[in-house]
Amino acid sequence: MTGPILRVAELRKRYGNHEVVRGLSFAIHRGECFALLGPNGAGKTTTLRCCLGLIDPDGGTIDLVGEPVPKAAREARIRVGVVPQMDNLDPDFTVEENLLVYGGYFQLPRQDLERRIAPLLEFAGLAGKAKTSIRTLSGGMKRRLTLARALINDPDLLILDEPTTGLDPQARHLIWDGLRQLLKQGKTILLTTHFMDEAERLATRLAVIDHGTMIACDAPRALLAQYVEPEVVEVYGEAAKTWAETRGRALANRLELAGETAFCYANDAAPLLADLATHAGVRYLHRPANLEDLFIKLTGRELRD
Amino acid sequence: MAHTIVASTLRFPTLSLRFVPVWRRNLLVWRKLAVASILGNIADPLLYMLALGYGIGSMIGEVGGMSYVAFIGTGMVCQSAMFTSSFEGMYSAFSRMHVQRTWEAIINAPIALDDVMLAEWVWCATKAVMSTAAILVVIEALGFGHTWLAIFILPLGFLVGLCFGAFGLVMNAMAPGYDFFTYFFTLVLTPMLLFSGVYFPVEQMPAWLAAVANVLPLKHAIDIARPLMLGRVPDAIALHVVVILAYAFVGYWIAMVLTRRRLLK
Repeated sequence: MTGPILRVAELRKRYGNHEVVRGLSFAIHRGECFALLGPNGAGKTTTLRCCLGLIDPDGGTIDLVGEPVPKAAREARIRVGVVPQMDNLDPDFTVEENLLVYGGYFQLPRQDLERRIAPLLEFAGLAGKAKTSIRTLSGGMKRRLTLARALINDPDLLILDEPTTGLDPQARHLIWDGLRQLLKQGKTILLTTHFMDEAERLATRLAVIDHGTMIACDAPRALLAQYVEPEVVEVYGEAAKTWAETRGRALANRLELAGETAFCYANDAAPLLADLATHAGVRYLHRPANLEDLFIKLTGRELRD
Repeated sequence: MAHTIVASTLRFPTLSLRFVPVWRRNLLVWRKLAVASILGNIADPLLYMLALGYGIGSMIGEVGGMSYVAFIGTGMVCQSAMFTSSFEGMYSAFSRMHVQRTWEAIINAPIALDDVMLAEWVWCATKAVMSTAAILVVIEALGFGHTWLAIFILPLGFLVGLCFGAFGLVMNAMAPGYDFFTYFFTLVLTPMLLFSGVYFPVEQMPAWLAAVANVLPLKHAIDIARPLMLGRVPDAIALHVVVILAYAFVGYWIAMVLTRRRLLK
């Protein structure tokens, strides 16, 4: 199959009077890791559910692994693996039974399934746990098993909805390692996240969406270069606000106040740093700009629920 | 576009063999808990059958041409099919749909929500057959089963299971939590139990109440089961089957529409 593995064009979805997805278009190519970023309520999960054919869009077209969705959604899902936001492993089954039963939903022959299980458990770091009950697994193990379950049909496209939410740092790194391995094997990944470090580590391209529309879409480095000044100085403490208004604002290309922190964005931070050095008692941190800065710039600082 | 979405939730349920792996999943889980499950299904009706059957039975002798134990035992077979399938359609389905999110996992695979629902529906009926069989075995063991015709009560159990499983799934689709199912017990199952002729013949009631009983699906199930237990082919069997199946299909269709609205949005 040539062409994009997923193509979404002018997607629209409305609930009552509220249009959650408003003309979203993007395409994902083979072998890339595409991250959908956006604040809560931006339309990420709705977009994924439309792509899987679980809800009917109000407008636009979706083409998933060469099949039109929602019309042939079931056929398309044969070649897609999904890691949902919340764990939904079967608690009454063992690790192995979870994979066997799930493989059954793909009509895969029992022998094929049994052959696939050992390497999948190995990949998920669950070798030797085949007969273990789900109830005794840690949160990280459950996530990894969910990832293994999504691979039971050897999918062309893997879709992950906030795959590491709620995990501790060790467990997150294990998941990321796993996903990098899959990319190396040539798998294509679509993931949603609001962890910027996750997108930074994994994504070859990312799309920032908000209020159901695309705000920006490109490789992480390209987006940073396009939207954000390369250097950031964060100034903390009670004195930060006064310093920012009297000195910082003139020296930075852009300055934002959030609580007791001043974020100074600059093409060259040297004048800022020189000035701060003369203000004893003001704490500050100098760092390169990252995706979080990009995200905040594009979607604003106000809280979303 | 809004009207097409309403229309798409209203369409008739898809009946496809894709339901089989989902049904098998429920069977696999059941096998792990089978003993407790069977005991739970038959303990109650069995206790009623023995206590009322021998207790009241010793005072009133024969009812409708059979001993009271056999009379109430036949009623209990239908009652247990009703309870088992209602329970499965409500509490168990709710656990799988809402608490464990099992359905959500399944519909990410190439299985549609209609397939999952069909599996749950047939599973409700399957469990009804299991409890029907368990009670028939007890009746046989007590020496009240005299006829091979009683074997046809098993498929009847399946029909009753389809009917009340569908009702249970309607409740499931509307339930905010487990407490909601209490309404179904109070408003549907208890009246069904008291007025369908489980404990006494419907003919004993005033005409207007007997007329009400005639629209209850459980009454039609009992009208099939009692003659079978006596070794007779029931009268108007087609009518009874049609009534039960009509309730089953209409109930299932409503359950399907409500479930689509709940989950596919």
